[in-house]
Amino acid sequence: MEFVIISTLNGLSYGLLLFMLSSGLTLIFSMMGVLNFAHASFYMLGAYGGYTLSGLIGFWPALVLAPLITGALGAAFERASLRKVHVYGHVPELLVTFGLSYIVLELVQLIWGRVAVEFQPPALLQGPMFTLIHHPVEGLSWVWGAAGALCTDSSAGAVVCSPFPATRGFVMLTALAMMGSLWWVLARTRTGLIIQAALTHPEMVEALGHNVPRIFMLVFGLGTGLAGLAGVIGGSTFVTEPAMAATVGSLAGAFLASLLIGLIQTYAVAVDASVLDLLEALGMTLSAAARENSIIKLTVSQVAPILPYLLLVLILIFRPKGLLGTREG
Amino acid sequence: MSRAVYAFEPYNVGRWIIWSLFAMVLLAAPWVFKSNLAHSMLSQMGIAMIACLAYNLLLGQGGMLSFGHAVYTGLGGYLAMHALNAVSAGSLSLPVSLIPLVGGAGGLFFACLLGYVTTRKSGTTFAMITLGMAELVSAMSLMFSEFFGGEAGVSGNRVAGTPFMGINFGPQIQVYYLIALYTFVCVALLFAFTRTPLGRILNAVRDNPERVEFIGYNTQHVRYFAFMIAGFFSGIAGGLGALNFEIVTAEVVGAARSGAYLLFTFLGGATFFFGPIIGAILMILASVLLSELTKAWLLYLGLVFLFMVMYAPGGMASLIMMNLRVASFGHLRRLWVAYVGLGVLAVIALLSAGAWIEMVYHLQLNSALGPTLKFAGMTLDALSVRSWFGAGFVLVTALGLFELARRQYRRDWDEIQVQIEQEIKRREAL
Amino acid sequence: MSIASTRQATDPLAAGLSTPALELKGVRKQFGKTEIIRGVDLQVQQGERVAIIGPNGAGKSTLFNLISGRFAPSQGEIWLQGHRIDGKTPYQVNRLGLSRSFQITNIFPKLSVFENLRCAVLWSLGYRYTFWKFLADLDDANDRTEALLESIRLDKRRDVLAVNLTYAEQRALEIGITIAGGSTVILLDEPTAGMSRSETSRFVSLIREVTQNKTLLTVEHDMGVVFGLADRIAVVVYGEVIAFDTPEAVRANPKVQEAYLGTSGGEGGH
Repeated sequence: MEFVIISTLNGLSYGLLLFMLSSGLTLIFSMMGVLNFAHASFYMLGAYGGYTLSGLIGFWPALVLAPLITGALGAAFERASLRKVHVYGHVPELLVTFGLSYIVLELVQLIWGRVAVEFQPPALLQGPMFTLIHHPVEGLSWVWGAAGALCTDSSAGAVVCSPFPATRGFVMLTALAMMGSLWWVLARTRTGLIIQAALTHPEMVEALGHNVPRIFMLVFGLGTGLAGLAGVIGGSTFVTEPAMAATVGSLAGAFLASLLIGLIQTYAVAVDASVLDLLEALGMTLSAAARENSIIKLTVSQVAPILPYLLLVLILIFRPKGLLGTREG
Repeated sequence: MSRAVYAFEPYNVGRWIIWSLFAMVLLAAPWVFKSNLAHSMLSQMGIAMIACLAYNLLLGQGGMLSFGHAVYTGLGGYLAMHALNAVSAGSLSLPVSLIPLVGGAGGLFFACLLGYVTTRKSGTTFAMITLGMAELVSAMSLMFSEFFGGEAGVSGNRVAGTPFMGINFGPQIQVYYLIALYTFVCVALLFAFTRTPLGRILNAVRDNPERVEFIGYNTQHVRYFAFMIAGFFSGIAGGLGALNFEIVTAEVVGAARSGAYLLFTFLGGATFFFGPIIGAILMILASVLLSELTKAWLLYLGLVFLFMVMYAPGGMASLIMMNLRVASFGHLRRLWVAYVGLGVLAVIALLSAGAWIEMVYHLQLNSALGPTLKFAGMTLDALSVRSWFGAGFVLVTALGLFELARRQYRRDWDEIQVQIEQEIKRREAL
Repeated sequence: MSIASTRQATDPLAAGLSTPALELKGVRKQFGKTEIIRGVDLQVQQGERVAIIGPNGAGKSTLFNLISGRFAPSQGEIWLQGHRIDGKTPYQVNRLGLSRSFQITNIFPKLSVFENLRCAVLWSLGYRYTFWKFLADLDDANDRTEALLESIRLDKRRDVLAVNLTYAEQRALEIGITIAGGSTVILLDEPTAGMSRSETSRFVSLIREVTQNKTLLTVEHDMGVVFGLADRIAVVVYGEVIAFDTPEAVRANPKVQEAYLGTSGGEGGH
């Protein structure tokens, strides 16, 4: 039981991280029609920036500063480079961000090296957020923080303790808080309404006196700043290495499906059932030769790595509107 | 750049001359560049040409930006390798020279299978689907080890079956000529495609997919057929690669390979037929030579690509054609001084920027070797302020002079364009 | 050389029974909560020239979009030459014999004028997704395209890229693409939009010429064009047809005068 709870929370935390990343991407795409191929690169910049800054000024200031810097860099890129290719259409915009992803990857490796760095979470977040205790007699209960002495063997038998890491909990909290404020800004403030208008009628908004290019720059900066925030949190919770951009890159397009992806990743790895088991459960019996087939013998856990991509592809094929906003006709 | 650049069409000066020249270059190249390395590179260039031209069928001719082209070249390669092994084992009797066609069939098969759902969408969604597919296949490559051979990949021996007239494809030069033959035929076929109804309608789909529906064509079908044709030729390239390297590993379906196809096809020029040929040559030169020269080659590549997209989105081919157009109106001699000057300044600026970059890379990666490194014939000390300052000073000066020269060049170029337009009007009135 | 239609208008039997070329029955269209077309019934006979007029936002372009297959109606039926076409895709509708032009020029910018037209003739000549024949060898397509070029008077601009044409030339090309496939029912959406007086009158004679023997529906704002070109006029206001009659009758219709022409009795324009 506790396994289900903890696993679900773990999966959700990863999914919410992806979701945070993805919403920045969707924001940029909905507002500007640009699919920011370098979005995961800004995620990486946020992580590495957070790493360096937290070494200098501490984690919590870094948590605020690193996304701001990342956002500023994004806005600067928009101003210097992306703006020039707006006139050529969406494909060149995508290609420009594609080129940027190469450059950022190389620069990151240049500055911080090719090996993963140890981005430690702050003292407050180290250790568990809460622990589920399964006592053989008293059943399931939970405590905040670590359970300590309660986890030792009792007279009734072994006590199973399942901690839930505080870092992951923080990921979830931050993601939810960020989504909430983003929604509030877009739906409730004047700036948000202007941005929404600029989505479908940029010329009209410009005619009304708003500086649409500046709005685009701010939106791009906002999106990349969100990616940077996700990077600081993701980098300290999971791993900070040059490959991190590539790992989440394509999944950033998943948006709402991110949550599903997170859950799948966590659960699929634990399922040892193979295709063979599945077929037999359905009532089919196979010959001895067929049983040896490598595909039949594949277990769900072995197939787990491809499931997120499979899901992404299926969603893109059948329901892309749900992923990429209403821009794509 | 003025819009009129679209109006220039290459003169039809004996299409036969151009094709004969192409054939002659293919035939003579290994005699001009004699080293083993050169032969290997020429072989790879031929393969890359087919792959990039097939890719451009989607990108430049069809307006479909795919991030997963390597899936089809790679899967074709795997299939070809399995066929080769079957020939070696005696269970398949097929001349080795026809193995690439098995690759082509494989590419066609997978394009048929995956292309139906991929081409249901267009534009950015299409690009994302191809990216997802590429990641999917890449992730699968570690899973189905019978087909993909696991981490070690699948290897084979191209000396298999019975030799034909003494040709057993053992020596690299024999493989090169096989590749050259396939390259010539494939390039010719792909060029011919651009002159068929489907090829032209594909262009129309690129230009205005909505309108195409109103003239009776199902846009998705057009894209799907184009996708399959591109898949076929991609598979041939993959098959040739399998023969050339005698091994296929997971990287042939990887995202890096797909990215390279995109990057270099675009760099060569997606708007002209021969652009990807240039791109293919650059791809091999960069990945074989440039990567040896400097560890920062991916960085340089990214920067070049970025500037190309911003300032010359038609790629190298468009730059060549624009200057050919200027030359055909007799104005090129006004510009050559500017080109020389810009070229020299650019080289100086690049070298000084390169000095900085190399010094940083050296400190990062080769610090065990001590702080000095050789660069452009000079010895730099990565830890001394003088090296950094010197390079920086040269860089800033060169950039400044470059900007001044560029502005003058721009003025001259625009003036020439105006004169050309006037000349065109004058000729029309005749 | 005139452009002969390659499609039979209807089956020979029905021709005698005067099946309407185009028929709309109770067509409605909603976008979200807004109903743009609120029940349109229309019958256009073979060879008729119908002008559709109405104030901006009345739904004229939406009607065209519904007929040509760009949108599906929320309710109602649309019949083309006795075939039901509501809900069909644009290419299916086109293959049944209907072509439309667009208010905002919708051509193939990076292809030459000749290539633009040739693309539009290919399907009707049966060339489908052919990749085993060269375009240069398709004599019927090339001859047809040359004839089209002459008829829309762009033969001097044959190899110019469409993006480099003047506005009026692009509108002419737009019409050329529309009639290229030999469709018997032609929909022209504001063909003379944005043109000067002289350009307009030249254009109208062009339209009259190239749509001989075809059924024509055209959305127009220029009353001079409308009264000169149309056999009957349909007046669309707020998604409904409030009058569908000969020009004289429409001019005299008090509902139309009130809604559209102005009670002083028909000045041009809107």
